[in-house]
Amino acid sequence: MRTDLILLIPEITLLIMACLVLVVDAFSKDPLHKVTYWMAQLSLLLTFVTVIYYSPDYSYIAFNGSFVSDMMSVLLKAFICAITIVVFFYSYEYLKENELLKGEYFILGLFAVLGMMVMSSAYHLLSIYLGLELLSLSLYAMVAMQRESTFATEAAIKYFVLGALASGMLLYGISMIYGVTGSLQFTDIVDTINSGTIDKVYLVYGMIFLIVGMAFKLGAAPFHMWVPDVYQGAPTSVTLFISSAPKLAAFAMAVRILSDGLSPLIEDWQSILSVLAILSMAVGNIIAIAQTNIKRMLAYSTIAHVGYLFLGLIAGTASGFAGSMFYIISYAFMSMGTFGMIILLGRYDLEADSLDDFKGLFLRNRWFAFIMLCLMFSMAGVPPFLGFWSKWFVLKELIASGFIELAAISVFFSIIGVYYYLRIVKLMYFDEPETMSAIKATQQMRVVLTINGILILLIGLAPNSLMHICLSAFSG
Amino acid sequence: MNLDNLPILSILIWLPILGGVWSLIIGDQEERVVKRFSFLISFVTFLLSVLLYYQFDNSFSGMQFIEELYWIESFSIKYHLGVDGIALPLIMLTTFTTILVVMAAWEVIDKNISYYMCAFLILTGLMNGVFVALDSILFYVFWESMLIPMFLIIGIWGGPNRVYATIKFFLYTFFGSVFMLVALLYLYSITDSFNIQVLQEASIGLTAQKLIFIAFFLAFAVKIPMWPVHTWLPDAHVEAPTGGSVVLAAIMLKMGGYGFLRFSLPIAPDASLFFADAMIVLSLIAIVYIGFVALVQEDMKKLIAYSSISHMGFVTLGFFIPFGIFAATNSNAGAVMGMEGAMMQMISHGFISAAMFLCVGVMYDRLHSRMIKDYGGVVNSMPYFAAFMMLFAMANSGLPGTSGFVGEFLVILSSFKLSFWIAFTAALTLILGAAYTLWMYKRVVFGEAIREEVLELKDINARETFILFLLASVVLLFGIWPAPLFDVMHVSIEQLIQHISQTKIL
Repeated sequence: MRTDLILLIPEITLLIMACLVLVVDAFSKDPLHKVTYWMAQLSLLLTFVTVIYYSPDYSYIAFNGSFVSDMMSVLLKAFICAITIVVFFYSYEYLKENELLKGEYFILGLFAVLGMMVMSSAYHLLSIYLGLELLSLSLYAMVAMQRESTFATEAAIKYFVLGALASGMLLYGISMIYGVTGSLQFTDIVDTINSGTIDKVYLVYGMIFLIVGMAFKLGAAPFHMWVPDVYQGAPTSVTLFISSAPKLAAFAMAVRILSDGLSPLIEDWQSILSVLAILSMAVGNIIAIAQTNIKRMLAYSTIAHVGYLFLGLIAGTASGFAGSMFYIISYAFMSMGTFGMIILLGRYDLEADSLDDFKGLFLRNRWFAFIMLCLMFSMAGVPPFLGFWSKWFVLKELIASGFIELAAISVFFSIIGVYYYLRIVKLMYFDEPETMSAIKATQQMRVVLTINGILILLIGLAPNSLMHICLSAFSG
Repeated sequence: MNLDNLPILSILIWLPILGGVWSLIIGDQEERVVKRFSFLISFVTFLLSVLLYYQFDNSFSGMQFIEELYWIESFSIKYHLGVDGIALPLIMLTTFTTILVVMAAWEVIDKNISYYMCAFLILTGLMNGVFVALDSILFYVFWESMLIPMFLIIGIWGGPNRVYATIKFFLYTFFGSVFMLVALLYLYSITDSFNIQVLQEASIGLTAQKLIFIAFFLAFAVKIPMWPVHTWLPDAHVEAPTGGSVVLAAIMLKMGGYGFLRFSLPIAPDASLFFADAMIVLSLIAIVYIGFVALVQEDMKKLIAYSSISHMGFVTLGFFIPFGIFAATNSNAGAVMGMEGAMMQMISHGFISAAMFLCVGVMYDRLHSRMIKDYGGVVNSMPYFAAFMMLFAMANSGLPGTSGFVGEFLVILSSFKLSFWIAFTAALTLILGAAYTLWMYKRVVFGEAIREEVLELKDINARETFILFLLASVVLLFGIWPAPLFDVMHVSIEQLIQHISQTKIL
């Protein structure tokens, strides 16, 4: 039991810190919530350090098999903390500028991170559900934080209703699996299925509901309807948060359920995921072309990216999962940078969320036009940027597993996808600006955004270490 | 300094790229410095490629100047460079063209000069990278990233319809390339290697070869471009600034040809044999039909663009005639000639089309029109220019004594080994090429001046004379004495022919 608790130290640290921040914020009178903000960042940093410090040498399963600590969970948790630190940074700048600053934003964020960490380590369907709900409930509240805005309220309600529906689906699937196998723990489930004494039909039904629930949470077509509205309606900082770290957790959930819990059903879920992947790539890439709001466009681009993420899962091999992990991490990097750009261009009275706000950025500020150029080409999957390698990696694994047609279809949709990313480059570089006003942003904001953008290029030039990290997550 | 250990290929890639970045750091304010600096970089790069030429061993068919480092160890992707007799002339063409492009921009580009130079220098580095990469993923990275500077060049400094043209250019070439990526990854899944030389040796079944060939074909046919996927080229050429058109015509099209020689033919020789007839037909359509299309153009740049497509038809014809010869005669006789003719055609077209685009650029800078009907009587005010353009027009129509003749002649000669009618159809270009080029020349340069401005045009200045003089000497040199080029490529091409004449099906 003691060793079990040691494995939980990062989560415990974060929980204690989150409660502490909550109390401190309640007594703080500072309208800028400086203490809350820095304490939240400190909590994440501490969690990050403990995650690394208490990383196990090999895979430990604890608490009667409901919790696992392995390379994958450690790496995902570390990335989740690191990404959230950057997200909080961007958010703080945005919230300050737009007078939306509330201490709860960071507290909810911390609880969301806790949920993500639980998800990354869950080895039991109920602990997955626990983590997922902790994450989702925090996010619902974060979306609704801008109370005066009808858009935000609508988005929050939509998110909540559809999210609850998805949770229901997930629970229904879990109950079916339980009914068939008599267990919720992954190794037990696998053993029972492999024993061959059970009726596969009900099992597959259960699996389908699980996948539907997952697809809802990830925003894969045809369960993507909430994504554009939430992305557009929520304050940009919340959209930024939703589109980055939680995707890693959702990826963890997918890998745990599919590869650990339902590995005997691999052929069944491969075919279901293929359909979801094709639909997501098609819907995401085609509908994104018609958007005029950049947040909405990025929402559709997320849907498409989720389709590509599935490709690595469909490959079904350890390196395929590594490819998906690489994909989702690099996606989180790019997404952060892009929303960071939107925050950078926005001013108090004007959200820079229309595509036209990017017009003539080249003439207004060359450096950030270049950063955005890197981000867009990276998202489109053009070398030498990071986004190319993520597509490359999942495609390679997909082809190695023999899904060549699927690979051909997916590259075809990526050609369509290139168009709307190019359009932003076109707006920035080829069009005249509507305003020549200088970009107002703090020095920190510029520095962090610059690092973010340059990293996209540098990791793209030398992707080996990140690939190595992702591969090591699944080599055990 | 010991030149033998100099990583000369890496320098050829990275010197221009870093030079481009540095020209950005210098900035637009120091216009003169930027120009001189860019010229210096491009000149040094050219000198290095000349050094490469002198150190190159003509008698050795394999790769030379090899550099090999791990790049992505997890998948044993290497930073693996090397040149053979096929790549070397193309590298020299690239570095030579860059000098011209930098000089051509001297007084013409008035906005964002440092970005312009940066884009072109980076482009040069990436293009050199394409020609020397021996790892297929490294090749792909260079091949694709090259699109970014070109996209910006056309989009920022291009003509009125530039946005349409540049997006079309990007999407078309991207479309072809991604399928090449799928093919490369598929090849990896069966050979467990990204090394191009290993891929070339791998034995692959016929069905797989056909699919691989089609995937490569999409990438290279779009780039070269072959009929019917050529439609991006006239748009891109017309809208691009002069420098962009020159690079597109002189080098970028050659990448498609290079891709055929490096990937399609050696990796899928049986599929190439299978598709050879279709390829020959497509090439002939390009030569004849596009020749007719060129005839009716009213825009000079468009006319030259179409003439490029028509000339590239000769290149693909020369690539696939050998397969026809293998099938028909069971021997290699004449095959080497066709292939060398195609290579020669690529190089010579690089010079001639660059020269033609520069000539149009010279007129465009003065009168801001590319329409043939706006000119007439240019010879009255620009006699020196008219003389230069005369030479290039003749070269473009394949006059003996110019480099344009050599390649076409060899390809036609080689076609005779296969069939009289193929040779006859291909030879129609000698009539068509002369018709569209010289007719345009006549309408633009001779006759009465329709507009009065034409009579007040200033003749070419020293800078323009120098550029055109350089090109004219090269065109004449290789027209009269093409031996240096053939010497370089001969052994490599013989080895290639040897390689592709053998089946890879086990």
